[in-house]
Amino acid sequence: MTPAVVATEVTRTYQLDGFTVPALRGVSLTVEPGDYLAIVGTSGSGKSTLMHLLGGLDRPTSGTLLIGGRDVGALTPNELADLRNSTIGFVFQSFHLLARTTAQDNVGLPLVYRGIGRRERRARAATMLERVGLAHRIAHRPNQLSGGEQQRVAIARALVTGPSLLLADEPTGNLDSATGQSILTLLESLNAEGVAVVLVTHDREVAARADRQILMKDGLIVP
Amino acid sequence: MRVAEAWRVALDALRANRLRSLLTMLGVVIGVAAVVALVAIGTGTKQLIERQVEGLGSNLLIVVPGKLTAGAAPTSSPMTLEDADAVSRVVGDRSRVAVTIASGETVRAGSRSAFASMQGVLETTPSVFVRTLARGAYLTRADVSTGRRVAVLGAGVARTLFGDRDPIGRQMTIGGVRFRVIGVFEQLGQSLGVDRDGEVHVPVTAAQRLLGTDRIDGLAIRAPDRDRIDQLGADVVATLTDRHPDTDFSAVTQEQILGVLGDILGVLTGVLAAIAGISLLVGGVGVSNIMLVSVRERTKEIGLRKAVGARPRDIGTQFLLEAVLLTTTGGVLGMLLGAATALIVDGLSPVPAALTWWSMALAFGVSAAVGIIFGVVPAQRAGKLDPVVALRTE
Ligand SMILES: Nc1ncnc2c1ncn2[C@@H]1O[C@H](COP(=O)(O)OP(=O)(O)OP(=O)(O)O)[C@@H](O)[C@H]1O
Ligand SMILES: [Mg+2]
Repeated sequence: MTPAVVATEVTRTYQLDGFTVPALRGVSLTVEPGDYLAIVGTSGSGKSTLMHLLGGLDRPTSGTLLIGGRDVGALTPNELADLRNSTIGFVFQSFHLLARTTAQDNVGLPLVYRGIGRRERRARAATMLERVGLAHRIAHRPNQLSGGEQQRVAIARALVTGPSLLLADEPTGNLDSATGQSILTLLESLNAEGVAVVLVTHDREVAARADRQILMKDGLIVP
Repeated sequence: MRVAEAWRVALDALRANRLRSLLTMLGVVIGVAAVVALVAIGTGTKQLIERQVEGLGSNLLIVVPGKLTAGAAPTSSPMTLEDADAVSRVVGDRSRVAVTIASGETVRAGSRSAFASMQGVLETTPSVFVRTLARGAYLTRADVSTGRRVAVLGAGVARTLFGDRDPIGRQMTIGGVRFRVIGVFEQLGQSLGVDRDGEVHVPVTAAQRLLGTDRIDGLAIRAPDRDRIDQLGADVVATLTDRHPDTDFSAVTQEQILGVLGDILGVLTGVLAAIAGISLLVGGVGVSNIMLVSVRERTKEIGLRKAVGARPRDIGTQFLLEAVLLTTTGGVLGMLLGAATALIVDGLSPVPAALTWWSMALAFGVSAAVGIIFGVVPAQRAGKLDPVVALRTE
């Protein structure tokens, strides 16, 4: 089976006021289908940068990155957008829900860019919200939801396209530990269904629950 | 994408900032309204003038001293009745030639008075121009040859001086000289901006004596043959130039008058519409500005949409539609406002206005174009945003 992601000697440097800031300095990593992977490391070690690359939101400065067997460096912006839409689910630390939009339409948003009609989008979004235990919050807007509920909506949105890889950058960072636990349980149940899950965390306990742990330091993976 | 969804999102964004959207539209509303209203007034005026010039009668040749072009100053006439006789010989039919000498005079009957346009004319006037009498009779050839002091009144003058009484046979004074009323014209209204119900026709000879001159201002000919009207005009001008070598003469047809007036009106309407167009342009800049603000405000949303699979073009389309929706809504409002203004002007003021479909369609098209032109830069900027950078902005 094709690995979900294969990164080979990937670097990413930012240009900042004429200075070159190396955020990743040569990272090699393979995520297999169904993996459950935790990335830990100090602040500024390059975890988010790596996640953005794994999710096709960004391109490496050098090295090769294959997502679902396709070379990210060779894809056009449109192809990359379609790749994100079809294979990746992203969960952000700060949820990033559209403020004036209901939970249902937030969840249905990725389907808009698949050209799926509104009725169908709403039906699938409703199913997903039920899946994350929010069937009763379907018509609520983000400001009418608790933090944990908002994160569930964000997870439902990440799952609605049926991705093979779920990327979660500190998904529990903004939540209390009980709520965080339930979010983790949800992610793990998805993993059990075969979705590869990569999550970034500062919490050693959370990381310990994963099948594999990766420690990052100064833009490199520490063996 | 998925244009229906893009419309929905655009509409939603505009609704979320109702007041701001409305204020942004205002420039476009005013611009479009001004274009529609001004074009309507220009068209209405033109139609009115055309009707009136055509209403003068057909195959008409107006002969005046000087050159008849837009902007030429009127020349004082050296023509006399002898010139009119000479012209009649060229035309070959005296009944087809009319002359006029006009002067504004105070007219009185009893205690009532009015200011009227006295026209010294020949008895041929009704057969050259379209003038019909409501009562009484018109001037006769004998009236003209003897300079009899008789007058035919415009409907307005008759009403002012005599009210509901029958004016026929009554006495009046023109410039202090006694005249007897022998006829009243039918109501005519305005023609070329002149109130023709305020005219008083008297024999040209009587008018000349009153004014102490033997000149006439100009003459008019009803040509017997439309095809040879230009030739006749040239012959008449040649005859007159022969008799007055120092003066230029012009013989113009209704078509030429319409052409000149149309040119003047066209330029005027064009200038006004251009000024209105500038306000449309300013409105467009406002749209561009507010769209840039909108892109900046919604940077995070753009990043998120891209993260879940929006293509650059999807984002661009969304913002472009938002701009177009803004300006076309403004365009429709402006169209309604402009049409209402035109109807009110037409109904409540003497200025005529005629709405034309093409000007409304043009205004709407222009407002859509303004949206596209001024929305494209903000839309492209939104489409090109890097999703990672966009998601990080606060
Ligand atoms: N847009 C950018 N321009 C310049 N430098 C950047 C940019 N984004 C990230 N960096 C730098 O790259 C390095 C890695 O950043 P990254 O966000 O990946 O860290 P992180 O491991 O996710 O940290 P945290 O745990 O605090 O989220 C940091 O030193 C950061 O300052
Ligand atoms: Mg981070």
